[in-house]
Amino acid sequence: MADPMRIRATLKGDTTEVRVLMAHVMETGQRKDAAGATIPAHFIQNVSATHNGKNVLNAYFGPAVSQNPVMNFSFKGGAKGDKVVITWTDNKGDKRTDETAIA
Amino acid sequence: MKRFIAAALALCALPLAAQQDAQKEIERYRQLLADGNPAELLEMRGEGLWKQKRGPKNVSLEQCDLGIGAGKIEGAYAQLPRYFADVDRVMDAESRIVHCQMSLQGFTREELTRRPYSLTQGERQTDHEALTAYVVGLSRGVKVALPQGHPKEKESYLRGEKMFFYKGGPYDFACSTCHGVDGQRIRLQDLPNFQKPDNAQRAFTTWPAYRVSQGAMRTMQWRLYDCFRQQRFPELAFLSQASVDLITYMGVKAQGGTMDSPAIKR
Amino acid sequence: MKRREALKTGGSLAVIAAAISAGVLPQAAFAQWNKGAFDAKNLNDVVKAMGGSSAEKSGDIAITAPDIAENGAVVPIAVASKLANTESIAILVEKNPNSLAAQFDILAGTEANVGTRVKMGQSSNVHAVVKAGGKYYVATKEVKVTLGGCGG
Repeated sequence: MADPMRIRATLKGDTTEVRVLMAHVMETGQRKDAAGATIPAHFIQNVSATHNGKNVLNAYFGPAVSQNPVMNFSFKGGAKGDKVVITWTDNKGDKRTDETAIA
Repeated sequence: MKRFIAAALALCALPLAAQQDAQKEIERYRQLLADGNPAELLEMRGEGLWKQKRGPKNVSLEQCDLGIGAGKIEGAYAQLPRYFADVDRVMDAESRIVHCQMSLQGFTREELTRRPYSLTQGERQTDHEALTAYVVGLSRGVKVALPQGHPKEKESYLRGEKMFFYKGGPYDFACSTCHGVDGQRIRLQDLPNFQKPDNAQRAFTTWPAYRVSQGAMRTMQWRLYDCFRQQRFPELAFLSQASVDLITYMGVKAQGGTMDSPAIKR
Repeated sequence: MKRREALKTGGSLAVIAAAISAGVLPQAAFAQWNKGAFDAKNLNDVVKAMGGSSAEKSGDIAITAPDIAENGAVVPIAVASKLANTESIAILVEKNPNSLAAQFDILAGTEANVGTRVKMGQSSNVHAVVKAGGKYYVATKEVKVTLGGCGG
């Protein structure tokens, strides 16, 4: 099973700044292993973020996003203690959901 | 590889002003990376492992004594390696983490040391790397203060010093060949001169580090293992006396520096 | 909110909406990974796959990226758009095998300012494509890499 994300959501003025670290190999599908066989692509495709249940961001990744992806975004309308939930799904159907409270 | 050399040569061929600009831009690149270090993910995993009841004895590592008392982790890494009376020898952080897993949890040394590092690209990081990430992360902001009061701590330092200057291998290299003089570099990395406190501090306080080129966090034991490999020295055995002594030497040279690890590097 | 989202997804809207209200599908099920855009080999083809015809150069898009990246495996790229009604932001690396690296839908309340880190096989132009008010705009910045990020 996938390792947990690390989500940081900080209120600055009326803006909530979010930084997400995701644990994922982000294999491109272009590398070969020692035996010369192509290592199949394995990467996060979709990331969605909600604030108190309301969808605030959808991101779509290709295999060119770096290993262990980092994502930054911000939205208006957050308050301390509000819940930010992030979900990712990858091209093999693995998924992971984690949440944090705005600090 | 060829392409890389071409790029490096192109940089070297730039006029001085452009070269300085390039250095400045590389500095900016490093700063941009600093916020958002994937090693934080490994620290989290390590924390989970630390607190989880594991091993034949089914206990957690929460009572592990890292040198400042059982159960105390905050700041412990900044005082390691140090002398431990229960084993009557000097241990670095990674030796002690392995020791605690043996003594508290009942794991065998063989199973803990068989494969301490994740070496292939994309491989899941090992439990050892995760535990080390967690422990060192809890010394962030703490000043390096290796105790040198015990005779065995002093001996460890002196052996480390001797090894640091010992020339050998097919290249007739010593650690000091690259790390004992100013202005040395490999590709774009300036190498720290351990004879200068600020250099030694910068190096010691930023290992373990997440290596973006490898997509993995590397420990200090790995750092030295890889230095030995690059020097074409015999393999530096994980947790060996030699490894601990070299870490003691570097740590003492870095006394007073502020821990900032896991860091993020190229 | 639910209605607007559902409208956007079109197609099997009724089915999805029913599934949502039944609590069967997570919200992420809305995500539409645009295979055509991710398979495209250049800027124009990406824009076309996204539903546009071409992208107009814009000074209202700011790309924050290093001029030189020490390692192509991890190149931090942030894009901020000042264009009114920014709907989405995409990051493209011209010389990668497939140009599109990541795309972000900017929903109501979200700032048109996003960042991530991408792999670059070699020094290349990086394009930020912004969809705003139904039109496509682009800004470009060159990033040099000293070590390629695709297995180097």
